[in-house]
Amino acid sequence: MRGSATSLRRRLTWTLIGGAALLAVLFFLVVRTYAQQIAQQGQDRILEASLTSLMDAAVVRDGQIEVDVPYAAFAMLDTAADDRVFYAVHQGDALLTGYDGLAEGPFDPSVGLDFQTQAFGGAEVRLATLTRALPAGPAPVLLTVSVAQTRDSLAGTLWAISVNAALFGGAFFVLAAGMALWTSRSTVRPLSQMAEAVARRGPRDLRPVVRPVPTELSPLVTSLNSLMTRLSASLTQSETFIAEAAHRVRTPLATVRTHAEATLMRVDKDENRAALRSMIRAIDESSRAAGQLLDHAMVTFRGDQLERRQIDLVGICRELVDRLTPVAEMKDLELVLLADGPVEVQGDPILIQNAVRNLIDNALKYSPPEGTVRIEVRRDPVAIVVCDEGGGFPAEQMTELSQRFQRGANAGDTVGSGLGLTIAQDVAEAHGGRLELANLDGGGACATLYL
Amino acid sequence: MKYLLIEDNAELAGALCTRMRLDGHVIDHAATLSDGSDFLRVGEYDLILLDIMLPDGDGRAFLERHRAQEDDTPVIVLTARSEVSDRVSMLDLGADDYLTKPFDHAELQARCRAVLRRRTGSAQTVIRRGDAALDPVASVLTIGGHDVTLRNRELRLLELFMNAPGQIFSKDKLVDRLFSYDGTVTENAIEVYVGRLRKHLEPSSLTISTHRGLGYRLDEG
Repeated sequence: MRGSATSLRRRLTWTLIGGAALLAVLFFLVVRTYAQQIAQQGQDRILEASLTSLMDAAVVRDGQIEVDVPYAAFAMLDTAADDRVFYAVHQGDALLTGYDGLAEGPFDPSVGLDFQTQAFGGAEVRLATLTRALPAGPAPVLLTVSVAQTRDSLAGTLWAISVNAALFGGAFFVLAAGMALWTSRSTVRPLSQMAEAVARRGPRDLRPVVRPVPTELSPLVTSLNSLMTRLSASLTQSETFIAEAAHRVRTPLATVRTHAEATLMRVDKDENRAALRSMIRAIDESSRAAGQLLDHAMVTFRGDQLERRQIDLVGICRELVDRLTPVAEMKDLELVLLADGPVEVQGDPILIQNAVRNLIDNALKYSPPEGTVRIEVRRDPVAIVVCDEGGGFPAEQMTELSQRFQRGANAGDTVGSGLGLTIAQDVAEAHGGRLELANLDGGGACATLYL
Repeated sequence: MKYLLIEDNAELAGALCTRMRLDGHVIDHAATLSDGSDFLRVGEYDLILLDIMLPDGDGRAFLERHRAQEDDTPVIVLTARSEVSDRVSMLDLGADDYLTKPFDHAELQARCRAVLRRRTGSAQTVIRRGDAALDPVASVLTIGGHDVTLRNRELRLLELFMNAPGQIFSKDKLVDRLFSYDGTVTENAIEVYVGRLRKHLEPSSLTISTHRGLGYRLDEG
């Protein structure tokens, strides 16, 4: 993935949590506003009742309004918070009784009952004002009654409601966030489980994915499976092709070689014999090169995706020694394996076997007859040493020898492709090790494969 | 020794049969797996040489059947493939050894002998000349009840002489047989091995005579 990589799970989590937060805040605001309205309406109703009872207590005598303020008009405004109550009675624009400045004229009877919130006496008050025209003598008189109450009790109620609303909102948010985390995790889980199952597979495991997945994932799985099938088919095809090609080439080569050998036994003329001999050598050369090129390709391919398992190096070497003993015997060479107890490492058995076989092949090729080729498995550090009693590596070429197609200057006519040490070195490097070449003082050479 | 070769390539089979007979072996050739089974039903063989890709089936299936029938004739697989995994599975299925084509005939012989040595310890057909007997599988020369173990090249050289007594072998030919066409070997190397054989044969009635300009010959009496 390139650029800003996004996490589906994180995105889902944050979307859900953000939504929950928004809902919690909205809930809080709605509850608070609604509660404020209800509380305000309650206060207004009481103020209206108080106002009405004051209004009712007013009588007009000789064009002059008289108000006998009833106690009950204020008693109904008693609150737990000891809110203060103010009142004012005006005839026309003139104050008859009550607090000056609570309400200012001119008053208009057509306005009806009017509520206002304003500052008075150093506090915020809710003011109810009503103007009425009372019939008296020649012209009616205007009576205006104003009642105001501080808002301490209201604020207390509102605070209590706000705190509760905030608590509910917070609890809702915490719950919703928890559910968001759980939901996003369980939604993404099949995806990550599938990814894990695919990642856990060995490099050669191209079976289709069969685990049940959510329907949303099935297009992905279907295309993944079709890719795997195609890849597997193409791998099998190239493997079959290589096997088939090898078969087609090697079988006629074997025919030619066997014919040449049989003919060589029967012909006497020197030039014919020389021709047959070089024919056999050319066949050996080409088949060996083909084999090692394939081996080298395999080492490169497998080295990229190393299949590590627990393997016993001594077991691998013993198998190789058994297998190569008949070849060694043909030169009257002895193959000796030095090891005590299994030496276990994590590695690719096929690669390591291939590398060691190349080292032993080399040792067998360059050893003088009736000598000994020594294979030693060391434990600390883990290494496989292959030593022969041959002429050794040319000192000035030591570093170049493990390069591809590079052969020692003293290889002479010995059949070889120059890939053996390259393969061994590649295998060592794929396992995080190295190949070391050294000449022995008493003659002979050692190749050490550190793993 | 008696071999059964199961190989569909007529050219290779022909060449291999010729080569085997030149060494004095008996070899039957079957071109298909079913022919091979027929041969096995009527005849006894010391060793089976089995190709792995055959027209009427996979050699591996044959191996499985062969082992299931508790036939313990050893099998050496001749394969044109070089995948290591293929080789391992063949050994798992009961092949005694395998050889990748094209192969050195001397190596095939060496492997056959090694397999037989593992299986039976000695050859059914011991080569007798005069008062000497050679067991090529155990690599033992017996003269007058006395055993001498031969090195591999000594064995191959003596086998050659004992299979064709009275025939003169040139140094050149002997070099080819013993050193697998390795260009670095000189003809003088042969003299070393002939010298050793003469020493081993001292107590017997056999002698190796030198024919100047021609080569060596095994004489009886």
